Formats: sequence, C-alpha cells, structure tokens
Amino acid sequence: MTVRFTLNGAPVSVECVGSRRLLDALREDLGKTGTKEGCGEGECGACSVLIDGEVVDSCLVAVGQVEGRNVVTVEGLAGPNGELSRLQQAFIEYGAAQCGICTPGMLLAAQVLLRRTVRPGADEVREGLAGNLCRCTGYTKIIEAVLSCTT
Amino acid sequence: MCPPPAPVTTVGRSVPRREGADKVTGRARYTDDIAVPGAWYGRTIRSTVPRGRIRSITLDPTFDWQRVVVVTADDIPGENVVHLIRDDQPVLAPKGGEIKHREEPILLLAAADRSTLEEAARHIRIDYDTTEPIYALEEATQVFSTVEITKGEVVEDLKDLKNVEVVARTFQVGLQEQLYIEPQAAIAIPEAGGVIKVIGSLQCPYYVHRALKRALGLTDQQAVVIQAETGGGFGGKEEYPSIVAIHAALLARKAGRPVRLIYDRHEDLAATTKRHPGVIRHRTGVKKDGTLVFQDIEIVLDGGAYCTLTPVVLSRAAIHAAGAYSCPNVRIRARAVATNTPPNGAFRGFGAPQSLFAAELMVEHVAERLGTSSVDLRRKWILRLGDTTATGQKLTESVGSELVLDAALKSCRTVGPSDRRTVKRGRGLSLVFHGSGFTGSGEKKLQGTIALEALADGTFRILTASTEIGQGTKTIFCQLAADALGVGLDKVVVAPQDTSLVPDSGPTVASRTAMIVGRLVQDAASEIKERLTREQPPLRVEKSYIQPDSIHWDEATYRGDAYPVYAWACTIADVDVDTATGEVRVTDLVTAVDCGKALHPVMAEGQIEGGSLQAVGWATIEEIKMKDGGYQNDRLATYLIPTALDAPRIRTILVENPYSRGPLGAKGIGELPMDGPAPAIVAAIHDATGVWLDEVPATPEKVLTALNGAKRREEAPA
Repeated sequence: MTVRFTLNGAPVSVECVGSRRLLDALREDLGKTGTKEGCGEGECGACSVLIDGEVVDSCLVAVGQVEGRNVVTVEGLAGPNGELSRLQQAFIEYGAAQCGICTPGMLLAAQVLLRRTVRPGADEVREGLAGNLCRCTGYTKIIEAVLSCTT
Repeated sequence: MCPPPAPVTTVGRSVPRREGADKVTGRARYTDDIAVPGAWYGRTIRSTVPRGRIRSITLDPTFDWQRVVVVTADDIPGENVVHLIRDDQPVLAPKGGEIKHREEPILLLAAADRSTLEEAARHIRIDYDTTEPIYALEEATQVFSTVEITKGEVVEDLKDLKNVEVVARTFQVGLQEQLYIEPQAAIAIPEAGGVIKVIGSLQCPYYVHRALKRALGLTDQQAVVIQAETGGGFGGKEEYPSIVAIHAALLARKAGRPVRLIYDRHEDLAATTKRHPGVIRHRTGVKKDGTLVFQDIEIVLDGGAYCTLTPVVLSRAAIHAAGAYSCPNVRIRARAVATNTPPNGAFRGFGAPQSLFAAELMVEHVAERLGTSSVDLRRKWILRLGDTTATGQKLTESVGSELVLDAALKSCRTVGPSDRRTVKRGRGLSLVFHGSGFTGSGEKKLQGTIALEALADGTFRILTASTEIGQGTKTIFCQLAADALGVGLDKVVVAPQDTSLVPDSGPTVASRTAMIVGRLVQDAASEIKERLTREQPPLRVEKSYIQPDSIHWDEATYRGDAYPVYAWACTIADVDVDTATGEVRVTDLVTAVDCGKALHPVMAEGQIEGGSLQAVGWATIEEIKMKDGGYQNDRLATYLIPTALDAPRIRTILVENPYSRGPLGAKGIGELPMDGPAPAIVAAIHDATGVWLDEVPATPEKVLTALNGAKRREEAPA
C-alpha cells in the first residue's frame, strides 16, 4: 500500500505493507536514520518521534497508522537553513549528549515538555523525560539543558 | 606587520563537543545507520542448552537453502578462536564440539531480507548430548586465574593478637549489564585482494583487527576495522565486538557480499558479557583504638564459560581489595573460576567496584564493632602521601584522599525526616581510589603509538585508535593538541578510527585515554610546534609510550607500582527506604573527585554523573536472575536501569591535584565513579534502618527480608 504523511513539514509517501514499523519506514525507506532503535519494544525511547505533536515510540507504531498525520523526527528540529534550535544548542553547551544515541528521542521528548509546561521545575523535567533512557549522563546535564530553555 | 593573535587556551574550558552538532541533528552515523548497497542481513544461531555436545545439526530439506548463506565452524578459514588472552573461546562451536553456555554461537545465517532469515532459522534443528552444568562457585573445578598479594606478615604469622578485635564478613555482588543504548552491531564488506572491511560499534579497533586476522587468516592489510559512531560502551564493547565482527566477516566472505549483523536488545542482553558477580570474604584485625593490624581478603569471581578478560579483571579487583587504606599486614587471595553461564567480561571499573564494595562496607562494620565513627576510622586508616599500598607501591604524588573526603563532607546538606510514616532516611559515605591506566606493565608491553601530522594547508591531524564513545576523546585530544601547538581548535582534526589509517594507540579502556594517550598527543604537538620553527609542513611525528624508569612492577610477585597514579573519590549518598515495600530510593548523591586536572570540566562531570548512576543501578535495581544457565532478565522490560525519575540529584565536586606525568596534570577518571556509590548506598540503608545487607543489588525483596530478619531477632526471647 501507499502511505502518505507529512514528515518534518514536507509531504512524503512510502510504498510498503501497512504493518511495517514506522521506525523501519523512517530509517530504511525515507533515509531518516536520526531515529534510533534501542530495544524494539517501547522501553527505551531511542526511537521517539512526534506524531501530531505527541511523543510516540516509533517501534510500536505501524506506518499505516500515520496516514495523513504529521510526523516530526530529530531531522526536523533545526531551522530551514540548518540553524540549531535553542534546545539543540543547550544540549551541546550543557554536555547533555555524550554517546548521542538517546539524544534524538530525548530532544523530541524535551521539546514537547517545554511546549506543554510553562516553566517546568526539575521534577517535571524528570517526569517528562522518564520514557527516554540514557546510560551515559546520569540525566543531570540533560535536565540542566532543558531547564536552561525555560526562560 | 601585525603580530599573530595570541592563541586561546582551551584546556580547562568546556568547549562544545566535537561531534555535538552531528549528535543533536541526527547526522551522526552509527553502524546501523550506514546504508551499504546489496548488503544482506545476518543472524546468529545459538545453543539452547548450557552444557553438552552437539550431536547433530539438521537443515530441514523442505526449506530452500539456496536463498540463505549458512556458515558453520567448517567455514572458518583461520583458527576457530576469538583471539584475546587465552584463545579458549571458539568462534562457532564445531559439530561434535563442546557447548559451555546456553548462548554459545553454533551457526550463522545471512539472507537478502529479514523474513527469509527468520524462516530459515525455524528450519534448523540442533540436537545435543547434555551434561550437568556447573553454576555454583564452590562447585567450579576450572580456575581461570589466581592472584595473591601479601604485604607485611600474613595473619597466621602474627604474634600478639591478644588485644586485636577481628571482624569477619562475607559480601556478594551481582551481575550487571552495561546496557549501552545502541546494541552490538557490525557490517562486514568483502573487497578486492581478500580484504574484509568491518564497520562496527566498538571501543578497541585493534582488538577486533587482531581477532579478525586470526579467525579469518588475514594479513594486517586484509583486515580493516573502522569504528562507526558508537552508542555507548562501558566495557561492553571492549572484547565482545570481536565476536560480532568475525561472525559478520565469515558471512560476508561466504556470501561474497556485505552482511549486516545487528543485534536486537534481547540477543544483546542474553548473549553478551556482564560484570563479574562474586563473593568477597574479609577478616580485619583492629586494635581498640582503631589501629589497623591486618586485612585478610579472599575474592572469588565468576568468569562464566570462557576466559575473556577475566584474569585482568581479577587482577584489578585484587589490587583494589584493601581499599584506599594503609595497613601494615595484608593478604589478598583472589581466584576466578569457570561456570556454565555466558562469559562475563569488561565493565567500567573492571573488578574494582566489586572488591571496593566489600572494602568500604568493612570499614563500616569495624567502626560499628569499635563504636566509633566510620569517617574518623577512615581518617585514621587513609592512604596519604608517602604511604604504601597493598602491593608495596609508595604513593609519591597526587594523593587526593583527604581532599576529597573533606570536600564531600563540606558539601553535605542537612536533611529532615521523611513525612511518610514508613519511609526511613539515611546517609552513607564511601572513600575509594582507582588506578588510572593499565595495571602493572600493561602500558610498557603495549607501547601505544599515536601520530600527529602538520598538513600543508596549515591544519593538523591527530591519528589514534582511541575511540570516541561519548566520553569526549575527540574533543579532549583536539584541546590538548591545539594548546600545545598554540593554534585555534578549528585547526585540529581527528582522523577516523580506521586501522588502515591510524597506529595502534591501544584500547579505549582502563581510564587511560585522556591520561596516557592524551599525553602522547600533547608531546607530539609540542614536538611539531618546535620543528615548524625551522621546517615546512607537511610533517609527521609519531610518539610511543615509554615507561618512566621510576615505575617498577613485578608480575610474578605482584609487588610494586600497580598503577602510574590513582584517582580518588568520596561519595555521600542519601537514601529513602520504604520499610513497607523495601524500596530504596537514592535521593541525593554527591561525589568529590580528585581528577588531577579537569581538561574539560563539563565532560569530567559528565563521566562522574553517568558512572555514578550506573553504580546506583547496580546497587539498587539492576538485578539479573539465572534460570537454567540463562538470564531471566533478558529484555528491557525486565532488566531495569534508572530513568530520569529514578535518578537521584547528582552533584560533582572536581578537586584538582595535578599528576606530573598526566597531560597538564590530568588523571584518568572514567571508571572511578562506578566504585563509590554502591557501598555508600548500602551504608545509608543501614543508617536508615539499622540492617546490614552486605550485598548488591539491594532489591526490595532483599531489603524486606533483612528488615523482617531484624524484627524477628528483636522479638525473639533473650
């Protein structure tokens, strides 16, 4: 089947069985390899993407489910000329990305959190990022980076 | 003419991570992100029994095997060994060969698509003659290695023990998975001239290079290993990637096309190496006034089915076993044994977290027996400048033991009781040291080499095999080179970690990269700068490690300078223990670290914070239960690591106490933060509840059992 949706603001279409994981369609059919596979069963959040503004594990979503919807991956976070978003810059500045494998999902989860919560505190940031595992940072610098974007 | 602008010093400043922009935009290419046209997918078929022999392998004749490449042990052109210390681990178990653990690789498959691969796997039948497996350490008959360290007199020879209190305890430590978020991965590409190129997620390109040459019978030039961006290692990508690379290469060789071998999380958890579990027994003799008289320590580590790096892990465990203390009479006897579980291997800390857990809790037990404060006891026992360690190493510089103790204590905040009735609060402290760099003569034997090139366009290129795995290698090397050259950071690049390009600067392990390899980069840069005053680029300088004459180590007797220097840390943990559920929540963790010099403060803190949380996980929730020789917690749904909600507030205090041979005084600190939190947390649980656990992980089940045991003892009639 052909699945059509909006990816990072541009219309795309994928020819595949509708049950194909969105993660595979993004990585293999659309070349968006910024979305990572960490566990394949919705535990780690490395494959987080935004579907209509919600953080979703793309390993648990069939591509057929995003027909006509708006999908954002890490590749969609920078500006049109490649300028980094404030959050992306903060991740670099505060040392929030070490090995970087959780970073794409973490950035997307953080972006949603910042959009939804006016001036979140550290505890709210922790809660907002609890679905995304990081093994490098102890989360401290990630939380600092997110909090730096709240003012 | 204007003078050139004064160069900006970047060492000591937290400049942006080299590959930071790639990592926040999704441009960074990890192994599975690399598209290779025509590549097939690979898969490993493993044993399902923990011990036995392969009786027969049957490929179902109803399946069309033309669609699949099947590799058996007979297809190995070189030797059927995963080259490391002992060469005891086969690449694939041969027909009729022995199975030593439940995840033993037997066959390899490759196909054009994943569904064919899965279908083929379902049409293979392997029959075994099984043997009774060995899991218990006391039943193990094969010993991988032993270490004995003695200082002064052994306890049996000590006269006058009349006024000496003897405290004896036994400690247990559990398995732990590194849990890098990117699973093991390799892509093998056959090229002209018998070349096999492997791109992979790995820490040590030359370990993989040597293993490939041996198993596939390749020359130095025919084996090419390239590190892709790597999504975490923590030791888990020290030795295991050799297996993944050899398997991928065998499939690619037989298929005559590239093959991708990417583990899923389940396979990664089930089959790859873990932290060595073990038992540590301590007897400590102490006078009433707290004077330390003797330490008698026995360590038994479970190596699993094959040797891997176990003897080196055991060695580090033994050398750190007496803790950061000065004792006149020490005996440490350590052994690592074989069992029928998947092999255990390298994991941040490398044996030291296990033995230091026991050593630190021992201080608490002795203090309790003497009715004194464990902090006072530490001050009395602590290794200071000029003291000698258990191996007889005289500490001549950069001994930050008291500095970190004072700094951590000073930063403590007062905490009131919990407002929840069942929650008890407690605080615990630990003081640890960790040898930076390889043990003993390791660096001398390896002679790690780097190169630095001054290019015609005025830029400089650093060539090392040291990998960036998130810890900041690329950034720190550029900072060191740029400062020594007196040029801006933008003038320095790091060459790809490709064995056809870079010399062997040794593995990216043992807290050695910044300190040992970084110093070589700095020295090469100074030499190039000097030569550029009279020569024109291009220039190339190579630097190899030369052991200073002042370092002496005797492998046979385990006496001498076990490490070039030690990094020191003091951790204070605050915990909430829910006495109704047994749940332990670490709420605050402060660590003061003597790192020599923080080359990049944000990255140094990042190492401490990340390592600390791994240790919190090991101490509290990361439990692996065994069943029939396999791990029951072999999925992320059952093997839990701390989330942002579980993680305590972690604070780091960097104490700079320079080391003369480190680059600008820096010492290795990558592993150090794994050592201190576990004993501090268990001491905090005792402070909160009055019960001792003496084991990790302190799961709710174990905490409740301990609490109930204490209650029963209280209620029992005297």
